[in-house]
Amino acid sequence: MANILNVHQLKKTYSSGSKSITVLEDISFDIDKGDTFAIVGPSGSGKTTLLGLCAGLDQSDSGTVTLCGRELSALNEDERALLRNKEVGFIFQDFQLLSTLTALENVSVPLELQGVKNARTSALSLLEKVGLADRQHHYPSQLSGGEQQRVALARAFINNPSILFADEPTGNLDEETGEKVVELLFELNKEAGTTLVIVTHDLDLAKRTQHILRLKGGRIIENQSAVV
Amino acid sequence: MNNLPEKSNAGIKWLLKMAWRDGKASGSRLLLFMASIILGIAALVSIQSFSDNLQNNIVLQSKALMGADYIIDSNHLPNEKVQTIIDSLGPLGREVSFVSMTSFPGKSGTKLSQIRGIEGNFPIYGELETTPVAAASEYQENSGALADATIMIQFGLKVGDSIKIGQLTFPIVGILNSAPGSTALTSSVAPVVIIPYRYVEATELLQIGSRQEYNYYFKASAELDLDLFDKDLDPILDAEGADLDTHTSTSQRLGRRYSNVGKFLNLVAFIALLLGCVGIASSVNIYIKEKLRAVAVLKCLGASRKQSFMIYLLQIAGMGILGGLIGTIAGLVLQLLFPAILADFLPFDVEITISAKPVIMGLLLGLFLSVLFALLPLMTTWFVSPLEVLRIQEKPVKRSRKAKLLVFGSILLFIFLFAFWLLERWQLALSFVIVILITFGILAGIATLFMRGIKKYFPHSWGFTTRQSLLSLYRPNNQTMTLMLAIGVGAFLISTLYFTKDILLSRAKLENSVESPNLLLLDVQTGQRDAVINTITPRGLPLIDNIPIVTMRIQSIKGRPVNEIREDTTSTINQWILNHEFRVTYRDSLIASEVLTSGEFTPEMPDEGIVPISIADNIAYDAGLVIGDTLAFNVQGVLMETVVGSIRAVDWGRMQLNFSMVFPTGVLENAPQFHVLSTKTKDAKASASIQRELVKAFPNVSVIDLRQVLALIEGILDKISWVINFMAFFSILTGIIVLIGAVRTSKYRRIKESVLLRTLGAKNVQILKITALEYLYLGMLGSLFGILLSLISAFLLAIFVFETTFNPSWMPFLVLLPGITLLVLAIGITNSRSVLNSPPLEVLRKDAR
Repeated sequence: MANILNVHQLKKTYSSGSKSITVLEDISFDIDKGDTFAIVGPSGSGKTTLLGLCAGLDQSDSGTVTLCGRELSALNEDERALLRNKEVGFIFQDFQLLSTLTALENVSVPLELQGVKNARTSALSLLEKVGLADRQHHYPSQLSGGEQQRVALARAFINNPSILFADEPTGNLDEETGEKVVELLFELNKEAGTTLVIVTHDLDLAKRTQHILRLKGGRIIENQSAVV
Repeated sequence: MNNLPEKSNAGIKWLLKMAWRDGKASGSRLLLFMASIILGIAALVSIQSFSDNLQNNIVLQSKALMGADYIIDSNHLPNEKVQTIIDSLGPLGREVSFVSMTSFPGKSGTKLSQIRGIEGNFPIYGELETTPVAAASEYQENSGALADATIMIQFGLKVGDSIKIGQLTFPIVGILNSAPGSTALTSSVAPVVIIPYRYVEATELLQIGSRQEYNYYFKASAELDLDLFDKDLDPILDAEGADLDTHTSTSQRLGRRYSNVGKFLNLVAFIALLLGCVGIASSVNIYIKEKLRAVAVLKCLGASRKQSFMIYLLQIAGMGILGGLIGTIAGLVLQLLFPAILADFLPFDVEITISAKPVIMGLLLGLFLSVLFALLPLMTTWFVSPLEVLRIQEKPVKRSRKAKLLVFGSILLFIFLFAFWLLERWQLALSFVIVILITFGILAGIATLFMRGIKKYFPHSWGFTTRQSLLSLYRPNNQTMTLMLAIGVGAFLISTLYFTKDILLSRAKLENSVESPNLLLLDVQTGQRDAVINTITPRGLPLIDNIPIVTMRIQSIKGRPVNEIREDTTSTINQWILNHEFRVTYRDSLIASEVLTSGEFTPEMPDEGIVPISIADNIAYDAGLVIGDTLAFNVQGVLMETVVGSIRAVDWGRMQLNFSMVFPTGVLENAPQFHVLSTKTKDAKASASIQRELVKAFPNVSVIDLRQVLALIEGILDKISWVINFMAFFSILTGIIVLIGAVRTSKYRRIKESVLLRTLGAKNVQILKITALEYLYLGMLGSLFGILLSLISAFLLAIFVFETTFNPSWMPFLVLLPGITLLVLAIGITNSRSVLNSPPLEVLRKDAR
């Protein structure tokens, strides 16, 4: 199967005052199209940084990231934004809905950015799928955490992304709600055939993916196929 | 998968939609921004629109203002040549006017009045507004007088009562409400009384030395080019001591006079607008800070830098247009107040109409200023990284240095260009920009020094709350610089306006020393002098001054006859010198208002040689004279050679008689002359009593009560300061908005810190004390240095603009300093209220949202 994401010899450092801190080093792995993939590791192991680099939110110091056939370091910021808009979906720990937009408007944004005319219809149908059609005109502050994350799920899938990055998707939710959101995530993912990359502390969640990448101190300590 | 379009397909329509959606939900957060624009634009539009209306009214009413198409005037009876010209042009009306004391049989009290003796068809345009209306047309045939309404009220007179002018008594046939050629301002000093011309001689008031003016009123034929006519005839009349005024030249002169007032008010309004701009920048700064996370999300979802920037730019532009519109409407409504406030200074009723210029200016400025001053904070949206959505801690967004410099450059250029547009002189506009830069620079420097000083000499032994409040002043993300600038500039502007008013008032103040007279007796003839002195002194009133005055004209300057100089187009000598009738005195010493700047003052005429005279420095400048230059005078028909022996600086602002030419004693004693005497009365009653007696015995003598004049000047300055304060009020309001903005910015920065302190167990009172102390330091420091800076600016204004000394009052220190400090304190504490009243977790959640 063709790779949708290829990471090769990735290195990332941050400077703190006069010191330089290496957050990621010698990171290489591939993800096939349609795979589900988890990145796990303790706090400070570089999971979120890796996700940011893979999704083109940040640039590495060395090494390459090839996403959907495009080498990210060859693209400028706006080209990477365009790539994300067409090919990538996101789920964040703290939902990251636009607080001044209603649920429906939040879900519409990625399609509207593409200039799609019937964005609202598609958005409404996705809101129906996540069970929030009746809350379409509510603002994020009027929704519960679980509802907000379901709106975020709808938003993540509206552009039919090739790959979806989820950063601790249940981190801000109670166990029961978290479980429901995860169910919904896998269900939508299966339906759309999207590649799924999840960054998580939650090993139970990680175990539901086909591959697990373990990080520690900015290095890969294990890259295995999960025992399902 | 590889075939991506080059750019996003979402166009301007989507950007507008996003700007609207986001703005709709953020309305209340943009209130500060809107208020800043509305206040600034309202201040400027009101002044601009009123100035425009004033100028238009002057042009429209120019004929009615002077009562004719053109006037030939002279301050003595026209000579034969002038009379021939007047006769050939066929005047429709003539007038002689002079100042005299009037009294009212049956009533006590006398009044210095402007007597206008009128004959023929005056006014040709406009009208004498009288009560009853018919009085204006009937006073001539009824041999009556029209008396200004102020006299009627002051002395409780009614139509039918009498007024005594010189040797004649007239029945008052009407109340004069307004007349072309008289303004409320001149009428308040010397109210107008109109009588038929044919009776003027019989009043016996036109004597040597008395100031009089003869006016001849003309109607121009439709084809006459008045400007050309003025250009041709005026030099001929000038040479004969007469003058031609056309309604167009008069309206231009009036226009210039009022445009100066307008310029000053415009500048005050511009300052309010600039403060508003600071308000725009600070409120957009807060607004954008709250939006950065949303921008990062948008970028994450695929919005380009330009798209995310444009969403907020469009939003700000939209609010700018709306703010400009509301501000313009408010300004147009506000200008309706000005005619009432300024009624005394205006020679006519100003009809307010809405002109296009200020409206277009208000709308465009609203848009342009919003965008220009919002650009710097807006730029952060360009540079914010989509990675921000994954970061938990805040990281300052870097901005391009080049873009920052470009925005600052554009702002300075705008301030310069706008000031230039208002002031019409690039030097003044440049000075304005420099003053603003210096003020900001000094305040920023003081803030930096202050922070370094506290850091270096930190009082480690002080208590926790005091230390914590001091720490807040220099720690990272402190607000010292922002607040120092906002408070300092506000205090500076308000205090400068106060000191300027002070300077204007002190110039007019009567010195309360024993030597300072408060009653001036004008036009005392030589033959009357001793009798007048004998009337004053037996009442125990001192004779303070006895000043002889001789009138004369300049015949030649440095050997060149004035006629020749008039025709010399290359001459740099000011024309007024050549035509002026000088009132000259002689004495043997300098007086308090004079300082010798060069040469030597000659007290007494030497036995031989040319007469050495002393001239005022402004005459030396206007006539291009230096020590040793010769001047020949025509002293009522007798030629007299003189030489400039000394030059004096004269403080014309003092309430005393000053002279541009002073002769030594021993020269003019036998020339025809009149005298000005002065005395000091202890109260208004004594003053009224001596005035009554003097008018009775010497009707030609005019008495000026300086106390009344001073009260008038104070009244006028009070009104001017009301207008200034009115405009300053806008500055203060916008200043408060800036302050709220600055405090809100700091609230955003420090809210977590206060919550952390509470979480660690700090009591409300401790947090309150830390906050209060910090704002107290900043309020005191900002207002103190703002006021100190205004002292320097007021000092410079006093020297270079008003040419006077400056004795600052303590009022700004006693009122402004504590006032502004308390205001800062109140705003600071009010804004921290939410931190104090809510549980820590709730505040943290609110902040996260």
